[in-house]
Amino acid sequence: MQISNLSTALPTRPAPATSDWRDVLIHPLVLRLLSFAAVLALWEYAGRIPLSPAFPTFLETMGGLGAIIADGTLSKAFLITLYPLVIGLAVSVLLGVGLGVLMGLHEPSEWLIAPLFIIAQAAPLAALIPILTFAYGIGLTAKIMTVCIMAMPVIVLNTLGAVRNTPKSLLEMSRSFLASRSQGIRLVILPAASPMIFAGLRLGCAAAFIGVILAELLITPTGIGDVISYNQSVADYPKMYAAILAIIVFAVLFIELLERIEVTLFRPESRA
Amino acid sequence: MVISGVRLPMMTSLIVWAVIWEIAGHTEAGFILPPLSRIIWRVFEIVPTASFLDALLITGRAFLFGNAIAIGIGVPLGILMGRSVIADRLLLPWVNLFLSAPLSALVPVIMVLFGLGETTIILTVVLFSMWIIVLNTRAGIRAISPSLVEMARSFGANAWQAFSRIYLWAALPEILAGIRLGMIRAVKGVIIGQLLVSVVGFGTLFEIYQSHFLMEHFWALLLVLFSFAFTLNELLAGLERRFAYYAASR
Amino acid sequence: MTLDMEALTPRAMTDPAAIPALATRPIVEVKSVSKTYAGGIEALSGISLDFPEGRLTTLLGPSGCGKTTLLKIIAGLIPASGGQVFVDGREVKGPGPERAFVFQDFALMPWASVIRNVAFGLELRGVAHGEREAIAERQIARVGLKGFERKYPHELSGGMRQRVGLARALAVDAKVVLMDEPFSAVDEQTRRKFQEELLELVANEGKSFIFVTHSIEEAVYVSDRIALLSRRPSRVSAIIEPKIVRGGDPEKIRRNSAYLDVVEDIWQQLKHYLD
Repeated sequence: MQISNLSTALPTRPAPATSDWRDVLIHPLVLRLLSFAAVLALWEYAGRIPLSPAFPTFLETMGGLGAIIADGTLSKAFLITLYPLVIGLAVSVLLGVGLGVLMGLHEPSEWLIAPLFIIAQAAPLAALIPILTFAYGIGLTAKIMTVCIMAMPVIVLNTLGAVRNTPKSLLEMSRSFLASRSQGIRLVILPAASPMIFAGLRLGCAAAFIGVILAELLITPTGIGDVISYNQSVADYPKMYAAILAIIVFAVLFIELLERIEVTLFRPESRA
Repeated sequence: MVISGVRLPMMTSLIVWAVIWEIAGHTEAGFILPPLSRIIWRVFEIVPTASFLDALLITGRAFLFGNAIAIGIGVPLGILMGRSVIADRLLLPWVNLFLSAPLSALVPVIMVLFGLGETTIILTVVLFSMWIIVLNTRAGIRAISPSLVEMARSFGANAWQAFSRIYLWAALPEILAGIRLGMIRAVKGVIIGQLLVSVVGFGTLFEIYQSHFLMEHFWALLLVLFSFAFTLNELLAGLERRFAYYAASR
Repeated sequence: MTLDMEALTPRAMTDPAAIPALATRPIVEVKSVSKTYAGGIEALSGISLDFPEGRLTTLLGPSGCGKTTLLKIIAGLIPASGGQVFVDGREVKGPGPERAFVFQDFALMPWASVIRNVAFGLELRGVAHGEREAIAERQIARVGLKGFERKYPHELSGGMRQRVGLARALAVDAKVVLMDEPFSAVDEQTRRKFQEELLELVANEGKSFIFVTHSIEEAVYVSDRIALLSRRPSRVSAIIEPKIVRGGDPEKIRRNSAYLDVVEDIWQQLKHYLD
């Protein structure tokens, strides 16, 4: 069968629809702003009813936020809170990745140590905080230890999984080209495991934030925890909510930043 | 791990740790870490007491209610987000926000609004466990192959039939995974809630033991809770595995 | 049992000197090799086989008959349960610099660029950076990927990825190149092109090739010698040397009746095992 006139033989494509206001409405950015605005409006409304005497409106909370920024309380509190967080995270990352790699490469280590972390991941580790207080007092050490016990299990287990799941094919390939054990670890296993290790770091970071806030609420109020507790006790709810909002926003932005770094470094194929 | 030809299952190293614990308990560290044997003795001592069973009842109730609510809201929400692009774009940022936010910072808010009672604990459980259920359900719905849906429609299934016969089953492995993860977070949530609201359930017991330096009792309670959390996880993982056989071939 | 073929040529060529003689020394000798896996699965049962130097020998057989197992034993990636393998006179005890492997699923490092992947074998040997990049660039051009040095595997098609794998194997200048169904993961057109390019490599590189495939046409097209393996536990059931004069139109070979006869004959022999 001869197709002589191609243009009539092929089905005609429909002309592209002109974009109208409906398409603009469904655009992701627009919807995100809309949902954001809706929630804030709801908050404002709920505060005005009022839902509860302890529920300030959005604007009141913003006022409280402005106040604690202006008098320097917020920045001082952040510094005090971030100190054990950063130290605890650093320790957790170094120790956690180290342990995870060791366990991934050395089966007896995995047999000995992994069950501890597997239980730790499912267990409510927050219950150990009073014991930490008992052992280390109410100072900085206890808070750092809290961050560590919350962050390490997920970092260790992710690293372990990443090292164990190195594609067999790559390991065989490096062996066929005569890689020594240390070359294999350095040039194949660790790079292959990096994406999942980094994902573990991100989850560990989220857990660390939870840890440091719990530490401040349970051990001794300092930093942000202090601002929250104090304002709660004097019933200055706008400032209390403002402090909570500040730390939540900070944590979320920080973890979002880590995710951006993760995508840039490790998953170029998912960059749009 | 294999020792002289005998294959040792993973968890047997816990026996080694138990021995180390026992020995450590008899040293100076025993002040904070009593010997395992005495702690286990205390477990048998405190479990039948009225205060323990009371706490168990309150905590257990809050846990079950909280999970039921989280599943009851989370699964439909996840289905909605999986099916509707608009709902997804509106709600996903919030779900992600609550997943990465330090939820323990929100517990004071709940305390302030709902008082120092069981309600706060239930809401804490819902807060901790709902988001991962939503996310996993959504992922399960999105992973359903379109040809499966087409097949159902080609045989004349209406919306409800498509949902109950196709969607639910196809997404079930992910939904179960989400529920399992949600329950683990719920356990953390219920404990965090009770540590902060120290006048309810196990929180009371923790408070009493802590203030009277009853370390053995404290560890005994911890042991009970940790074992419970671990057992729950294993049971749910087992349930999940029963449905996993078709997960890869969808 | 050896089948000798009449010379196949598009032009009437009767000069017997044009037919490549396969009486060269064996570069790889497999002597009574057996392999039994844990659990009692016997993959190979006392296989003995010689692979001539400078030629392409194919291991052909039904799925699961152990041809990849034998290839990996020759490569030194799997130990044999019994018997010995000699490469260039020396017994095989593990991987070695005189053998290079091309993998069925390419086995490229996704985080490394093409040039880094190709230079990997040299990097492991401690060759200096500048030198190994130069060698890698030559091989990349050799396999037709010039200009793609800085690309990443996920930016390449399946066919291009396999070229990278091939370039990597060529870069280490091994005497024996082992290829495990290298063209099975690419599309048909690319596959045919690869077969033609492989013939050119065999003629010009001066290396010995051992090739595993389950496609009869592919085996007859590229090979100087075909070893037919029986079903598991494998033994060599036949050795065939399709004497095809290369250098004519590659397409003509595929339609030549004698070529098709060899294919049909092998197919009949294999069918015998599938029934």
